[in-house]
Amino acid sequence: MPAALETVDLQKHFGGIAAVAGVSFKVERGARHALIGPNGAGKTTVINLLTGVLRPSAGRILLAGEDITLVEPHKRVRRGLARTFQINQLFLDLTPLESVGLAIAERMGAGAQWWRPVGTHASVVEEIVEILARFHLTDVMHERTGNLPYGKQRLLEIALAIACRPRVLLLDEPAAGVPEDERHEILATVAALPADVTVLLIEHDMDIVFSFADRISVLVNGALFVDGAPEQVASDPRVKAVYLGESLDA
Amino acid sequence: MPPTALLEQATRHLALRARWRPLEYAFWLAALASVFLFPGRHLILTEIAWLALFALSLDLILGYAGIISLGHAAFFGLGSYAAALLAKHEIINEPVAALFVSGLAAAVLGFATSFLVLRGSDLTRLMVTLGIALIMREIANQIPELTGGADGLQGVVIAPILGTFQLDIFGHVGYVYCLSVLFVLFLLARRVVCSPFGLSLRAVKGNPLRSASIGISVNARLVAIYTFAAFYAGVAGALLAQTTAFASLDVFSLERSADLLLVLIIGGTGYLYGGLVGAVAFKFIQDALATFDPQYWQYWIGLLLVLLVLFGRIYGGVIAAAVFGVSYWLRLSFFECALILLAVGAGYRHIRGWLDRLDARVLEFIRGARSARAALLQRRP
Repeated sequence: MPAALETVDLQKHFGGIAAVAGVSFKVERGARHALIGPNGAGKTTVINLLTGVLRPSAGRILLAGEDITLVEPHKRVRRGLARTFQINQLFLDLTPLESVGLAIAERMGAGAQWWRPVGTHASVVEEIVEILARFHLTDVMHERTGNLPYGKQRLLEIALAIACRPRVLLLDEPAAGVPEDERHEILATVAALPADVTVLLIEHDMDIVFSFADRISVLVNGALFVDGAPEQVASDPRVKAVYLGESLDA
Repeated sequence: MPPTALLEQATRHLALRARWRPLEYAFWLAALASVFLFPGRHLILTEIAWLALFALSLDLILGYAGIISLGHAAFFGLGSYAAALLAKHEIINEPVAALFVSGLAAAVLGFATSFLVLRGSDLTRLMVTLGIALIMREIANQIPELTGGADGLQGVVIAPILGTFQLDIFGHVGYVYCLSVLFVLFLLARRVVCSPFGLSLRAVKGNPLRSASIGISVNARLVAIYTFAAFYAGVAGALLAQTTAFASLDVFSLERSADLLLVLIIGGTGYLYGGLVGAVAFKFIQDALATFDPQYWQYWIGLLLVLLVLFGRIYGGVIAAAVFGVSYWLRLSFFECALILLAVGAGYRHIRGWLDRLDARVLEFIRGARSARAALLQRRP
């Protein structure tokens, strides 16, 4: 059985700089995989390549064995690859109800319907409410998203990706910027994601990474540095060296 | 399954945007009443009706999809010439059918050019749309054997509408015709913007990156609404050609596209009525100013535009009304008014600098007083 997500010698050059220099890694089906690395390691570029925001300079991306390297971003979503953003990317003028409804309608192929009013599909409404309840958003579901507190917006950020019913979910620092007392709500929802959803987590916070991931890849200077089980990565002296800013040769 | 009460609540909230509000009924009742109340003004009301439809078209792309255009007259003009030509050469005699075909012609042009406005910034879009309108105008100018060139297309005879209602010189039939078309197309537009498709347009306008990330095909949606809006603009142009039995090069003019933006600035975007309210306000302001100052009325329009965008629709409107009122009362010419405004503007800047300095001094004083108080409190045992 092919891996849920796989890259083969993925490269991205900006001018003379190789932001991603030949990354090959596999995310197994149902895995809780973390991608870590110091600032500027190329994590966000990898995400943008995986989701199709950027086109790779070389290399291939496989989703469940199918080559999606040249597939447009919105079509990758339909094939089951969804993401969240490190900095909220929400529809500020719409309500959570409408936002989640959009994602569901799109997935069901009803997003371009132009004659039926919004909210007339009972099954869509049912699923919207079910997802909003899972993310503790039902009490604010009819408010303008831009008016929601940051923690709620962060939950909606994940809820939108879940509404796409992904087979592979890319989480880009899901708890970024969330105050300490609201973190547990976000992390609990992340931990409660369905087991059949493969998750690739990009994260800075090592507590989150080690409590969540069953496999960790470390990216340094655009190249894969270490790839293994959490204990293996934690005990690797080279990883410590990178995170403590020491030179490898020393 | 979630509790029924919650589902009902959600369904109700989702339907909220599509609900008809009392003011909307009032608007359309007033429009209907205008047919009977102002029979002497049907000619200008006819102009308002097609201008409203034209502005509705721009609102569909600007207010709902965030595409700004300075060349919407390209579609208006094509619809205009199409309707005039269809009637002149007796290809389609019945006006409603001709109207539909003219709209389709504009929609074809809209579809073809939509791919040019998909990418790029607002500036790119302004220039591309402006360029297309200029090209269309020049094409019409270069084929006088078909379009009549700079003289305009003459000898157009419009057959009775639906084979029954002959257009009259007082514009009675023309007004009812234009108003009916406006109403029907408004209902259609309202239906469309309240659909999942319409909601996805709002999403694309608000955040194209996220829209693509939840599976929305951003480009396909933009192409669809641009084509749809071009149809509306074409119909509006066709209404002009049919009610005046004439088409000339100025249907493509930059002024026409620019006026249209002004209409939406007056009326507002993104709620469908902006173009309608704006068209009424624009025509009446234009009419009133032309009476008030026949020679320099464009000066006043320009002034209104500046005030509206500087101070917003409400304050700008109030200031403009005050300026017009005072000018009218004192019988000021536009030149005197301009001088006074310049003086007021310069004075305001001067006073504002002075006020800011005063403000800073007061703040400094308060801060000083606070720190003195804190120092005193600390010294206390």
